[in-house]
Amino acid sequence: MANDNRSMWAELGLNMEKHDALLGILGQAYPEIYHKQNNRPKSMTYFDFVISEIHGLRVKELLDHKEKGGKVFGTFCLYVPDEIINALNGVSIGLCAGTEFSVPDAETVLPRNLCSLIKSFYGFKFGKICPYFEVADIVIGETTCDGKTKTYEELAELHPVYVLEIPHRKNEDTFKLWRTEIDKFVAKAEQITGEKLTLEKLREAIKLNNNKRIALQKLNSLRWNNPIPISGKDALLINQIAFYDDPIRFTESVNKLVDEVQDRVTQKQGVFPDNTVRLITSGTPYAIPNWKLHHVIESNGYAVVAEESCVGSRYFSELVDENAETLESLLDNIARRYFNIHCACFTPNDERLDDIVDLYKKSGAKGVINNTLSFCTPYLVEANRVKKRMDAESIPILNIESDYGMGDVEQLTTRIQAFVESM
Amino acid sequence: MAGYFVGVDVGSITTKVVIVSDEGNFLGSATIPTGFSVAKATDQALDQALKSASLNSDSINRIVATGYGRNLVTFANEKITEITCHAKGAYKRIGKALTLIDIGGQDSKVITINNSGKVDKFLMNDKCSAGTGRFLDVMARALDTDLENFSSMALNASSSAKINSMCTVFAETEVISLIARGTSREEIAYGLCLSIAERVGSMVKKVGFNDLIFVSGGVAYNQAVVSALSSHLQKKVTMLEEPQINGAFGAALLAIQLPS
Repeated sequence: MANDNRSMWAELGLNMEKHDALLGILGQAYPEIYHKQNNRPKSMTYFDFVISEIHGLRVKELLDHKEKGGKVFGTFCLYVPDEIINALNGVSIGLCAGTEFSVPDAETVLPRNLCSLIKSFYGFKFGKICPYFEVADIVIGETTCDGKTKTYEELAELHPVYVLEIPHRKNEDTFKLWRTEIDKFVAKAEQITGEKLTLEKLREAIKLNNNKRIALQKLNSLRWNNPIPISGKDALLINQIAFYDDPIRFTESVNKLVDEVQDRVTQKQGVFPDNTVRLITSGTPYAIPNWKLHHVIESNGYAVVAEESCVGSRYFSELVDENAETLESLLDNIARRYFNIHCACFTPNDERLDDIVDLYKKSGAKGVINNTLSFCTPYLVEANRVKKRMDAESIPILNIESDYGMGDVEQLTTRIQAFVESM
Repeated sequence: MAGYFVGVDVGSITTKVVIVSDEGNFLGSATIPTGFSVAKATDQALDQALKSASLNSDSINRIVATGYGRNLVTFANEKITEITCHAKGAYKRIGKALTLIDIGGQDSKVITINNSGKVDKFLMNDKCSAGTGRFLDVMARALDTDLENFSSMALNASSSAKINSMCTVFAETEVISLIARGTSREEIAYGLCLSIAERVGSMVKKVGFNDLIFVSGGVAYNQAVVSALSSHLQKKVTMLEEPQINGAFGAALLAIQLPS
């Protein structure tokens, strides 16, 4: 099996030496961070398996899919409508963007003073260490933030890229713009896949993705029980895998886990002692394999019970309305659902403040850790508003800023501990 | 409650130990360089502190460790962050709401403490040594003097030289070239203090400060820095009593509250 993977990677044109080094690091980090946890639900073995095959099985599945005429779309952002891709027999894959390993390569082209997530994904392509990139027929970018917008110009020199124009305000005029972008995206995706979008196929694709979101909603709400039945790290891992695993198999596996976790709740079985301090995180996303913040928090004996993030509630909290009789109205519903994501690249973004307050209350948390990637201007400036709102609601809040490097783990630990001590 | 309570503050440059009675009365302390071995430094500092209090180790009830190296203090009963410990120590001294500026060997922080002694807000700068003890060490050496004289020089200056760089390394180079150009050491020392005050001052303004502002950490002994902070913030800034051992003092007080 290992040799199959190696020849597959070589055929995809990966830099084998660098790729080996990357897998080596991941192979050491994952057991250290994940396997040392106590009393994990048995159904987590599926997700451990997915990680053990992180550049193996799924890549092979995508190659098989392409052999049968299907196409692969690489994505980086929640604003990309998966339903349209799926309805055209396309597979949507959230591409690698979560490791420091690829950053030095990126810094030979991109400025150092740039978001780690952006540098990471660029470095994956530039360094040829991501098989998913090499399998993707096209990469879908978006004009969410300045960093991404300009970096897609650079990425386009290395790989076919199609950029969605995301407006920066939310009103009826900008919604029309967005709706037009959706139509343009449909046309482009039809051209790439050679398929035609139909009402039936789109409806099916909507159900597929809604089912995935519903499963994640169930799992994530179960975390709010006492004792806490599953760790924040495990939930985060699942939220991250959601971006690239096969949707049907993934949803089945999450539902199986939901059943097991529900049983635990009924039997009052937890992974943390009673009265463990519960925290929620908010802010910029932690793409796989970035587990740093959760690992620091949970290694200190606190628990993360929710994330207001692209790898949390922003991914699954809203469904697409399936009730529509025409293709046009289904596309309207898709446009509405995606338009309603509360990312700081929009101005204003006060709904996100409501989301954080809401999530804090529903999850029974004791405090909020608002974590922003260094150089992420929208979220960093917005952190001020988050603080003001949390102060007004008497919700304890800690604003922190970090990047992908491991050099500030001690500093983060001290801040988080001091925050909890002050509650 | 019997026995005595110990606070150990393992900083990047110095390790401090404070011993208090079960009523929080100060009994003894020690401050030594941390060096390469936290274990050796903490053992030595504890010995010295016990001697200074005329106590032996049998009478120790609980120990709290704090500071950068707190997780390496194997004999501590509990580890608590320096933010909480400094706040505890300062509130014990002052008894009401205050803003505490702690400037240590390699980092600086600002903590606001409310009227009940709880930490309200805090901000840390531990990514850069600008304005810390290390910065002052390097600058004093560049001016060919010691820290005490550095402070007097600055206090005696009638005007200040503008120091443009806050980076310890580049500021040292700037100082050397200013000396070569004939700028007086007094003006340079004063300029450096103003740079520190600006740097630390912006952290204070970000957190928000109230009427009582105190400085802890070894750098608080430097009167010129404290005075520069006062003029920058347009508010009286005072050195906290026993500033360098304040973290260990707070840790010892917190040790009293630990369950036996």
